[in-house]
Amino acid sequence: MRFVATIAGAALLIAAGIGASPLAAAEIAQDQRRSGYDFMTPDTQAIQNDDTANPGMLWVLDGEALWNNKTGAAGKACGDCHEDARAGMKGVAARYPAFDKALGRPVNLEQRINLCRVKHQQTTALAYESRDLLALSAFVAQQSRGDAIVAGADPQLEPFVARGRELFMQRQGQVNLGCANCHDDNWDKRLAGSAITQAHPTGYPLYRLEWQSLGSLQRRMRACMTGVRAQAYDYGAPELVELELYLMFRARGMPMDSPAVRP
Amino acid sequence: MASALINVPKKAKRGEVIEIKTLMSHIMETGYRRTATGDVIPRDIITSFTCRYNGAEIFRADLFPAIAANPFIAFFTVATESGKFDFEWVGDRGFTETASASITVE
Repeated sequence: MRFVATIAGAALLIAAGIGASPLAAAEIAQDQRRSGYDFMTPDTQAIQNDDTANPGMLWVLDGEALWNNKTGAAGKACGDCHEDARAGMKGVAARYPAFDKALGRPVNLEQRINLCRVKHQQTTALAYESRDLLALSAFVAQQSRGDAIVAGADPQLEPFVARGRELFMQRQGQVNLGCANCHDDNWDKRLAGSAITQAHPTGYPLYRLEWQSLGSLQRRMRACMTGVRAQAYDYGAPELVELELYLMFRARGMPMDSPAVRP
Repeated sequence: MASALINVPKKAKRGEVIEIKTLMSHIMETGYRRTATGDVIPRDIITSFTCRYNGAEIFRADLFPAIAANPFIAFFTVATESGKFDFEWVGDRGFTETASASITVE
């Protein structure tokens, strides 16, 4: 009997070690939520704290120039409709992805910028992760610094938040891990020396020292999917936007810190 | 397009040690990487950074392929007189960028 108990104990330990215990899948309590910022070393935090040291600000400055740049057949700049971004764009990034009536589904900030470009500026959509699109989204997101995230508050978004949550819980890939297995169950541990964070996307688009560049939340999510050896969804795929929406919904109430710096 | 971020104190006392921080937008391509088809991606880095204080060189740095993208260079100097700091970055493929900042010394 004791032998059986030992095996059972060992099996439990193994299960806990790889985060596969079915009992552990619980969402993080509201008062225990932390931004990725809190997981960083003081050195990396110092880069983000100082706007003249934060490389993300290079994209913000580019974005400000693009904001005022007349383009397309309509000959309009973003600023011609939205006026001063500092007032007009405040809090906007904090409520994206938002429901688009014409499409009948949520769109993220990058998609909104591209919809505006095609519809109102009558020009071409910018490629995902292109410098110009990152610059514009960084400039818009920076206006929401310190604002509480309110994404997912729109009742029309409910089914999409639910689908995003399903994908978050869904095990996938050859490694057979869901997002929740790391980011809900094991966020207080480390993976290959790096902190496992809680997946609260407060600072996107953000500068990752590993990327040596600014990058979007979708880039980050796709990298995680490749990490569990799943086939990552294409940029802009509805599934990826739903997941993005769910992540922002999880972080509701937390302050934005775009453009953040992460290791 | 903006490419440099400079942080120099606007005012300082004479003889005060001040910190100067600079950030330059650059990809710093090492020249050691290859594309999916095996072609070498040519080196494209900043090779030299200089700071002049009222015309006199006070700081110079040589940069190499191991330095990350968007180099951040910070250094200290003594505020001796009011005037201007001129910064210059020089690199591969004819890259040159300049920036300046003024300081009032009391």
